[in-house]
Amino acid sequence: MKTIGYIIQKEFKQIFRNKGMLPIIFILPLVQLVILANAATFEIKNIKFAYIDNDHTTTSRALLEKFSASTFFNVLTNYSSEKQANSAMLNGDVDVILEIPPYFERDLIKEKQNKLGLTINAIDGATAGVESVYVSQIIQSFNKNLRTELMQVSDKIVRPVQITTIPSFWYNETLNYKTFMVPGILVLLVTMITLFLSGMNIVREKEIGTLEQINVTPIRKSQFIIGKLFPFWVIGMGLLTLGLIIAKLIFDIPIVGSLALMYAYTSVYILVVLGIGLFISNFTDTQQQAMFIAWFFMVIFILMSGLFTPIESMPQWAQLITEFNPIKYFVEVMRMVMLKGSSFADIIPQFLKTLLYAFVMNLLAVWSYKKTN
Amino acid sequence: MKRFRGFVIKEFYHIFRDKRSLFILFGMPIAQILLFGFAITNEINNVDIAVLDHSKDATTEEIINKIAASSYFSIDQFIERESDIETVFKQGKIKAVINIEKDFSQKLIKDGKAHVQIITDATDPNTANTIYNYVTAILQNYQRSKNNNITMPYQISPQTRMVYNPELKSVFMFVPGVMTIILMLVSAMMTSISITREKELGTMEILLVSPLKPFQVIVGKVVPYIFLSVINAIVIVVLSIFIFKMPVEGSIFLLGLESVLFIITALALGILISTIATTQQTAMMISLMGLMLPVILLSGFIFPIASMPLILQVISNLVPAKWFIIIIKGIMLKGVGLQFIWKETLILLGMTVFFIGLSVKKYKIRLE
Repeated sequence: MKTIGYIIQKEFKQIFRNKGMLPIIFILPLVQLVILANAATFEIKNIKFAYIDNDHTTTSRALLEKFSASTFFNVLTNYSSEKQANSAMLNGDVDVILEIPPYFERDLIKEKQNKLGLTINAIDGATAGVESVYVSQIIQSFNKNLRTELMQVSDKIVRPVQITTIPSFWYNETLNYKTFMVPGILVLLVTMITLFLSGMNIVREKEIGTLEQINVTPIRKSQFIIGKLFPFWVIGMGLLTLGLIIAKLIFDIPIVGSLALMYAYTSVYILVVLGIGLFISNFTDTQQQAMFIAWFFMVIFILMSGLFTPIESMPQWAQLITEFNPIKYFVEVMRMVMLKGSSFADIIPQFLKTLLYAFVMNLLAVWSYKKTN
Repeated sequence: MKRFRGFVIKEFYHIFRDKRSLFILFGMPIAQILLFGFAITNEINNVDIAVLDHSKDATTEEIINKIAASSYFSIDQFIERESDIETVFKQGKIKAVINIEKDFSQKLIKDGKAHVQIITDATDPNTANTIYNYVTAILQNYQRSKNNNITMPYQISPQTRMVYNPELKSVFMFVPGVMTIILMLVSAMMTSISITREKELGTMEILLVSPLKPFQVIVGKVVPYIFLSVINAIVIVVLSIFIFKMPVEGSIFLLGLESVLFIITALALGILISTIATTQQTAMMISLMGLMLPVILLSGFIFPIASMPLILQVISNLVPAKWFIIIIKGIMLKGVGLQFIWKETLILLGMTVFFIGLSVKKYKIRLE
């Protein structure tokens, strides 16, 4: 026990001695949390909208009026020809072009129906889909008003049946993305710091040559590993605490569930990450290699965590891979406990998997650390 | 010049000798692009939902069948009570509950309208909103078929043309992004580490007392990495063309030049980091912690920049990846030439000059 105490003391000293690292460990993640949580939104607004009005009648102007009144469409540009508009789209200045054909009003009244041309930049398919829905909604509501105006007695009115859908967004009524993203980004930051620090740790001693000095001491493998893990565990927990305070004070994120449960889960979770880090550290010869591997896994963990894109939409084999993604469980648990107030019983599957994961990874870390070359 | 060549050759030796790093360097981008190209999509598929049907009549059964038939949803369970909604949401598997009101058929026939409530777990607002829109669309289709496709008079119908990506594939969105992230991080990380490594191991001192000019030392360290990154870029582009069927509408030559420019920008950033950091650890933490999330979040890779708060839109201009993503999408998908992307190119060029200029100013030829 005393031996472990000394190693821990040494590790802490080393961390706090490196003045260049302190702001990177403590300030950089929190600044990123504050700034980046605002960036992560799929909400679509300020759509770059342009129109080509070949009709120039009260009807066409009234329709365009609807678009400028909408909050979704911000920038309205008028192009006189399709060629101009297309070149603006190539340039990236415009994403949606509405083309009103010549004699739009006249034909609408004469033929009782008419078409509008709509061109959408679909490189981002999901956004394009939403943009198309917004445009259709505006046209529909315009159409409805227009119809009542134009409708004559001779027009037969058929009353169609109507099914209305009423949305009810639970746990986040206003669809506030920050409620969703702040806990998620906090999870990423805690994971990144603990993984990178632990991943570089032993390999650094190897590269500098100080590991040999430790190897000749009577310190046992497990003692050494525990001594190495503990300081980073403390840092991870500290970061979580600071992050939660920021979430509460700056973003006013509701914390519905039990804090104790969140801390209990996180304490196990960080062990998983540290285990992975030490395992990488043991298997590499230079810090450079260790970092590349840590980076590789981190990018996979982040992009396949279900935080930015839904896991259910991934192909089956990819979903299987996500089962080995610790961040996935952490994101799920944070969301469940923090926002929905899930109890321990609800998160048992995640908890057990994480516990098992922690056990296996740390066992591997201890096993792979060799005192002799 | 001969001296310089010798130095570059030495650097190549260093890199090629470390087989493991080399393997990582080339294997990882390939693994990542394959994995993400197939796995990441922001469409929804097979979302588990539950149904709470208060009516249980012929119409509601039809509606439920319609929803079950779509590839977006799979009906995981039927629940009986309102209080069960809370329970299934807390367990976390079910993302939405379709709540059908009592006497649905009767109301539809008698009053001409009836309601369906769509309760979603909005802890993930994006999925929640998409689910709502998709269910609504399914119900509208059903409604249309019920109404025997009566067309109302004075109907205005928009004819929508989805350009550049008619099938709305999310691969087209994500492959350029993944390529950018890989090139950015690998390049910045590699240079910053390789220079600080010499500092940390003490060999920088030896290089500085050699007749090579400091400038040559730095350029010599960077040249091999330009070479490696270009190979990486080629591999990624080839994969995206042949495996993900990404079109290259524009000039592939221009794409190559722009990629080289971006790689140099990233390497220049790496040099800058190495002039600030004294140990490899610091250099790596800056390039990983400092770059990873901003590059993923502020580059327009996943989240549309136009929807961000104004201040973040301004900040996003400082992220080189943002400009490169615009450039690749332009060349590959829109087929534009330099006349449309000269502004972005100039910005990347400017950033590169700035990074190098700052590094030269900060570069210390003497060790403390």
